[in-house]
Formats: sequence, C-alpha cells, structure tokens
Amino acid sequence: MSGDGLVWLGTPAFPEAAREALADTRLRRNLRRATTTIRDKRLAAVGELDDWERLRESGAAIKRRTLRHLGHYLERLEEKVTAAGGVVHWAADAAEANRIVADLVKATGRTEVVKVKSMATQEIGLNEALAAEGITAYETDLAELIVQLGDDRPSHILVPAIHRSRAEIREIFTREMGRRGKDAPADLSDDPRALAEAARLHLREKFLSAKVAVSGANFGVAETGTVCVVESEGNGRMCLTLPETLITVMGIEKVVPDFVDLEVFLQLLPRSSTGERMNPYTSLWTGVTPGDGPQEFHLVLLDNGRTQTLRDTVGRQALSCIRCSACLNVCPVYERTGGHAYGSVYPGPIGAVLTPQLAGVEHAASLPFASTLCGACYDACPVKINIPEVLTHLRAKIVQGRRPGAEALVMKAATAVLSAPGRLSAVQRASFLGGRVIARKGRIGRLPPPLAGWSAARDTPAPPSESFRAWWSRTKESS
Amino acid sequence: MCPFRKGRETVRIALFITCVNDTLFPGTGQAVVTLLERLGHTVHFPREQTCCGQMHFNTGYRPEAFPLVERFARTFDGYDAVVTPSASCAGMIKEGHPVLAAEHGGAGLQNAVAALVPRVHELTEFLVDVLGVTDVGAYFPHKVTYHPTCHSLRALRLGDRPARLLGAVKGIELVDLPQADSCCGFGGTFALKNADTSIAMLADKMSGVRSTGAEVLCAADNSCLMHIGGGLSRLRSGIRTMHLAEILASTEGSPR
Amino acid sequence: MSSRLRILDRVRAALADVPPAERPEDVPVPRDYLRAHAEDGLVVLFAERVADYRASVLRTAPSGVARTIRSALAARGLSRVVVPPGFPAAWTDLPRTEDLGTAELDAFQGVVTGAAVAIAVTGTIVLAGGPGQGRRALSLIPDHHLCVVRASQIVADLPDALARLDPARPLTFISGPSATSDIELDRVEGVHGPRTLEIIIVDDLSEEEP
Repeated sequence: MSGDGLVWLGTPAFPEAAREALADTRLRRNLRRATTTIRDKRLAAVGELDDWERLRESGAAIKRRTLRHLGHYLERLEEKVTAAGGVVHWAADAAEANRIVADLVKATGRTEVVKVKSMATQEIGLNEALAAEGITAYETDLAELIVQLGDDRPSHILVPAIHRSRAEIREIFTREMGRRGKDAPADLSDDPRALAEAARLHLREKFLSAKVAVSGANFGVAETGTVCVVESEGNGRMCLTLPETLITVMGIEKVVPDFVDLEVFLQLLPRSSTGERMNPYTSLWTGVTPGDGPQEFHLVLLDNGRTQTLRDTVGRQALSCIRCSACLNVCPVYERTGGHAYGSVYPGPIGAVLTPQLAGVEHAASLPFASTLCGACYDACPVKINIPEVLTHLRAKIVQGRRPGAEALVMKAATAVLSAPGRLSAVQRASFLGGRVIARKGRIGRLPPPLAGWSAARDTPAPPSESFRAWWSRTKESS
Repeated sequence: MCPFRKGRETVRIALFITCVNDTLFPGTGQAVVTLLERLGHTVHFPREQTCCGQMHFNTGYRPEAFPLVERFARTFDGYDAVVTPSASCAGMIKEGHPVLAAEHGGAGLQNAVAALVPRVHELTEFLVDVLGVTDVGAYFPHKVTYHPTCHSLRALRLGDRPARLLGAVKGIELVDLPQADSCCGFGGTFALKNADTSIAMLADKMSGVRSTGAEVLCAADNSCLMHIGGGLSRLRSGIRTMHLAEILASTEGSPR
Repeated sequence: MSSRLRILDRVRAALADVPPAERPEDVPVPRDYLRAHAEDGLVVLFAERVADYRASVLRTAPSGVARTIRSALAARGLSRVVVPPGFPAAWTDLPRTEDLGTAELDAFQGVVTGAAVAIAVTGTIVLAGGPGQGRRALSLIPDHHLCVVRASQIVADLPDALARLDPARPLTFISGPSATSDIELDRVEGVHGPRTLEIIIVDDLSEEEP
C-alpha cells in the first residue's frame, strides 16, 4: 500500500494536487459535512471551560520547557522505562526505526502484528517495511482499517478516512474484508452503526489471537516512565493489553516532564480533537506489570528529522504539536482540498509547517504557501503553535534557498518603486493609462499570466485617474 | 474642537493610506479624511509613505520588505497616532515590522519600531478605543452585510468595533453574513499561487454574501473586498463592495 | 557512534541558543488554570456527564448494592459474568475469578468491577488494577461492563484524579462505552471495547441524597 511515508513520491505540488481535489464533488461534500460537524462540537466543548486560554498557555509552556531541555527529559524517560522493565531503543531515522521493529517482531517468531493508530509509524512507512520482511501489520483503528482495506492514503490526522462517505466505506468493506480475514456480513448496510459492527467482527479474532502489537504514544512522562495512549474505540486497549509483546514507536518530542502535566494535556487534547469532554479510553502504563498486560515492552524513540527541526528557533514550535487535528478542521484550505493534496501523512496547517521541516523544505516547498494566513489554525491550536508565523518563516527560507526567478524580479522591482514616492506616483499614473486601454466600463476582465488565475474568476477595478496622493496634493497642498 | 488631546497639545494624527488604497481605492482615503475632519481632527499625510511590505513579507521576500519597514518608521516617527484603513496592513506593522527589524536592522530601528507600533491604529480601533466614538453621525440608507476579514478578526481582534460603528449609522439595514468568520480566500499572493483553491473559497464567500440579500458588502480591508468584489462583479451580482470608512463618511448632505 | 549518542548529540547541537546554565525549571510554566470546573453537586454532575456518553447510571444506598447489581444483570439477561478478586463480598456472591486466558474471557457476557477514582466533570471512571478492579483484559473483553463507584470516590476534575493515582499502576480512564467518529465524524457508540457501560453509584456520603 502506498499510504505511508512522510512525503509521498509522485504527488504533484500543492496547487496542482489541489486542483484535482477541488473537482471531486463527492470529496467536497464529505469534507464540508465532516469539518462543519467537528467545528461546532469543538467550540461547544472548549466553551465549557472558562480557563481554556490559561490551559493553552500552560500547555504551550510545558512544551517549551520540554523542547529547550529535550536531552535531559529523554534520558530521564529512558532511565524510568528501563527501571520499570521496559527496553528503550533509539532510532535516528525511519530506516533504523523500521529495522528495530522488524527485528523485535522476528525475535518473537510471529509474522503478524496488530497496530494501534499511530502517526509516527505511518511517517516511517512501517507497514511497508514489515511487509518486506514477511510480516503482516493489521491496522485496527476503524478509519485506518478503511484506509488499509481501500489501499488508500490517510487524509486527516485524527480521522484518516474523512474523505470517504458511508456508502464508499460499505463498498470497501464488502469487497475487501474477506481477503484479509473475516468477511463483511452479506447484508451490510451503510449505517455507521452497522459498519462499526462489521469492523468489530472482522478484527475480533485478530485481537484475541495477537501476540505482538505496535503502537504510537501521545505522551511519555519523563518523571515516571509512563506512556499514554488516547483513543476511542477500544482497539487501543486491545492492542496494549492482550498481546505478549508491545512495541511503541514514539517521536522524541512526545516526552513531557512530569506526570502532573497530563492534567493539562488530557483536558486540551480530547476537547480539541473530537470535541468531547474526554475521549472514551485513555491507557497509561509504566514498563511491565507482572500478571497484567504485555510482559515484554519496547519503546522506540524516533528522531527522523525532529532534531533538525529543533535547530530552527522559530520552526521548532511545530514540535509542540499534540496531533489533535483541530487546525485541519478549522482550515478553510483543508476544508476544500482535503488531506491528499498535501502529499504527506501530516496534512493541513500543521502538516504545512511540519512536513517541510521534518523532510527538508526542498521536498515540500509548495506546502508553506498553501495557506491564506487567515490565522484560524493558531486560534484553534491547544498548545498555541503560531502556524502563520512558522509559515511565513518557512516561505522566507524557501525563497532564500532557490535561484531567483521572475517572481524575485517582480518583488525587487516593487521594492524599488515603493522606495521612492515619486516612482510610485509615476506607476500610478501609468496604471491609469494602461487601465484605460483594457478596461470596459471601469472593469478589467481577463488578463494574461501571471494574472490569469486571478482574472479567471474576478474582475479588477480600473485604476482611477487620480491616486490618493495626487488628490491630496491637488486639494490639500495647493492652497 | 479636538477631543483627542495630549496634555495641552493637540495630537498629531497621520494617515497611512497603504499602497493598494493609494493606487486603486483613493475614495477610501478621502473618506477617512472626511470622517476624521468631521469629528474635529486634523489629518496629516506624510508624503514619504508608500507600503508596509506585507506582500513581500508574506511571500517570503524579507530582505526586499526590509527597506519598507525602515521607511515606515522614518516617515511616521513624529506622529502621535498613525491611522490606517486596512486591518491587514495594521496587522503587518504590528506583527511583521518587529520581526524584520530584529532580523535585518540595528538596535536603533528596533527601538523605533517598538515605540511606533503601539501608536499605529486600524481605523475602527482608532475611532472606538482612542477617540471613544461609535456614532460618527453617518447616514447610509442601504441594506449592508459586513465581512470581518481574517486580520480584523484574528490579528487585530477588532471584535464588535466595526459592528458598533455600523450599528450607529442612520438608515442602515445591517444583515448578518453566514459563516462570516471564514476566510474569503484572498491571502495576497495566495490568490495567484493557489488560484483554484482561492476561487473555491471565494465561491463559498460569495454564496454567503448573496444569500443575505444585501446591496452592499462592507469590510475593513480593501484587498479582501477587491477579491470578493471582483468575483461579485464578474457574476454581475448587483452587489457593490464598500470600505467601512466610506459608509461612515456618508451623510445626508453628502451621501455615497 | 550509537544512535542514542547521535540523537542526544544532535539535540544538544540544535539547542545552541539555550544558555548552558538554564535549568528546565527556569522555563516558567503557568499553573493558574482551574483546579476543577465544578465544586458542589459532584455526584449529580458525575451521573449527568456519564449519561451524556449514553452510558446508564443507577444510584443506590450502601445497603442496596447487592440488589442493584443483581437486578442490573438480570435486566440485561447476563448470566455469565466475571468478577475480579477483591470485589467487596457484601456486594455480590458471584464467584471471583483469578487468571483467565483471552479466549476464556471471551466466553463471558459481562464483567462487574469497582473503580479507583471517578471524575465528575468528564464523567470518567479510572481503573488502576487494584482490588476489585481486575487486570486490564478483564474489563475489556466482555461486552458489558458494570462498574460500581462509591460517591466518596468521585472527585471534581482531572487534576484531583491524577493526584490520587499511582503512575506505576496500569491505568485505564473510561468515559462512556467504546465509540468512534471515524465515519463522517458521526459518533457511534460500541466498537471494540465493551458496548455497554453501566455505572452504579453507591451513595456512601451521608449528606448526599440518592
């Protein structure tokens, strides 16, 4: 399947990929419906807490403290997990993380693993890497199952199958479930209840027989070595509890200093992501508990571009992300294009700042420009990541790193004009004359490139005969 | 009479017109002057002013934006208040100028920018917070809907200031815009670089505007209005766009 | 060089802007958020919030627990029910079950447990593997979870709950039955975890009327 990996090869630059997505009427409808629903829910859940802004400040500050002292907290986490009977591994990049996980699975003698939804394992393309080693990974989150069965790509951080309607999901289940296990019921309807029930039946045998599970982590507490997974369906509990071996892949930025910090994040996360007071299930475990749950626990700490992101004092705030996806749900661009156009497992506003930093700006140079800088993402972010600030910062990096083209010439020329009011007046006069040639009844219609995209849907007002500064000179200074 | 005084001195108010308004929408600047003069103030227009550098900054051309920051600080140095009829340019000055001064300028410029930024006011902010007026004596007997632009909403947090000013206009019929807080899709060079997505957002904004039955769409920023108005004009929708200042400047004696 | 050292080296290099003398606690973390989003009426609030998740809530005086459990199980026709060791003897005479394999647990229809703590504002119960709470698998595999919570175990909000818990124990926070919003962001209750969650509140606080 092609859905994994930080940057998907073969995805065109954002404007082009977006054009295709915008023409997909079913996608547009699914997205509008889903984002509208979740926005209202989030606003209601957040509105219940009078101290929401204080919680956000606190969450942002905890993340700031963590990132500024990341090495300290990682070493502490390692020490505590080890003391509690877990084994900690360090992976500098995706290949190393995949190698570690594959070797751990092989050591158990098993060829199947069940998986809890995890962005980190998608980012490193773990499923493909395991498949190459003869190991089958079963996604158990409902949306991930839909994506996996549909040989599809995720399009949202929280709800990876947000681009699919119930009718499409029914088709996928009916067609594909039998190939990977228990078939879908013959009379399956497209009622979400029936679809969820089909997933329950399909995965039940996998859960009950699984010996190895792979998960991600929402938080890893340095003070205690406690790892936390937040979920809704119970597939997480199944994977974290029933198998003999648990392998958790965690980005190094997911460490938090103290157990008490969870009181902030466990309030911020569910209300921001699903708009609930609390998600149905939150599991916390510390190493291995004799007689309860997996007796072998491995924690893989993943870098894969995170330390490179940390170098950038402006861009590093993107590492504070707790993957709630509120920014996707409020983004007017995401709402229209969906996630696939971003060409990465991290779509939407946070993806536009995270993907180019993790992969290197040259691999995702169109993403920081895929935003109107409207600021809705910053307002919604529970840890106050100033996404517009990082976007403009990355734009500057991209412009600086590439060979100057026509756009750079235009910008330099504009600066030259705007650096001399006399030149500006001359340009204003010239644009009036030019406008008089092409305007019809005060309106300018279609224009050649690079203004063709602008003028395709908009008239432009003809420049007036007198600019403001000319009017001012004539009326205010002549006397 | 000037109600806005600092001690015994009358405060010097400068207009920052912005390059877009100067070149394409001089009527907005004239409206600001008319309005402030009607309220008893003298407005200055420092001729050395040009542009805040927002287009350069937002597109990634920081070294090219920097001379405009220097120019802005130099030009408006001597004024007690700088008023601008553009929420996005005010936002750029408040957020972008300190960043550019820190990245490319010396301590002198950084201090100058830090001192100037609090004196820069978007028009509705200036009227409501600094002058303390909401009823500016305007008359505008038309059905109007107001689009809160992203920078008015989220960069400047103008809140209900524009609505309070509009609400006090005589004869006006104000109607709510559905999904008002959703971006119109302009985004400066976004409209060129991501033209298709920009148009998709524009289409939804226009549907909202048209559903209100308003004859005038009003906002605190002409660049967003140029984008939405350009679409409305292409559709021959019969809805005109007007900057908020022009509605506030309109009176029974001199209607707009 | 091991990846461990390499990553820690990269982290150090990336943080060149952080003064060497700065300690983690030098980075201020404001804690002025509310300790709780509710003060009084916690039992009623807890019951309401649990019900919002479409879990059912029963209330009883301490003397009525056994009867309430019996009738709750009977009402749903549950006869094969697992009860973890340490569950109060006065509350049920069903046999306590020690270690059961996954497949054996799957043969049970329901499970009756206690809880370590409950949270009013979020309608959450927390299981910590203590007496009467069982191993994690116990409250996961049977399709019906009946949880008995004492009113005195209900705290106002998350901060108080975390303060009462031991991080060394495996902790499971449960807020309603399992659910998903993965299809068109429409919430559906009942996926992999128990599809029914029923909570019995024992009014052991004299001032609280059932």
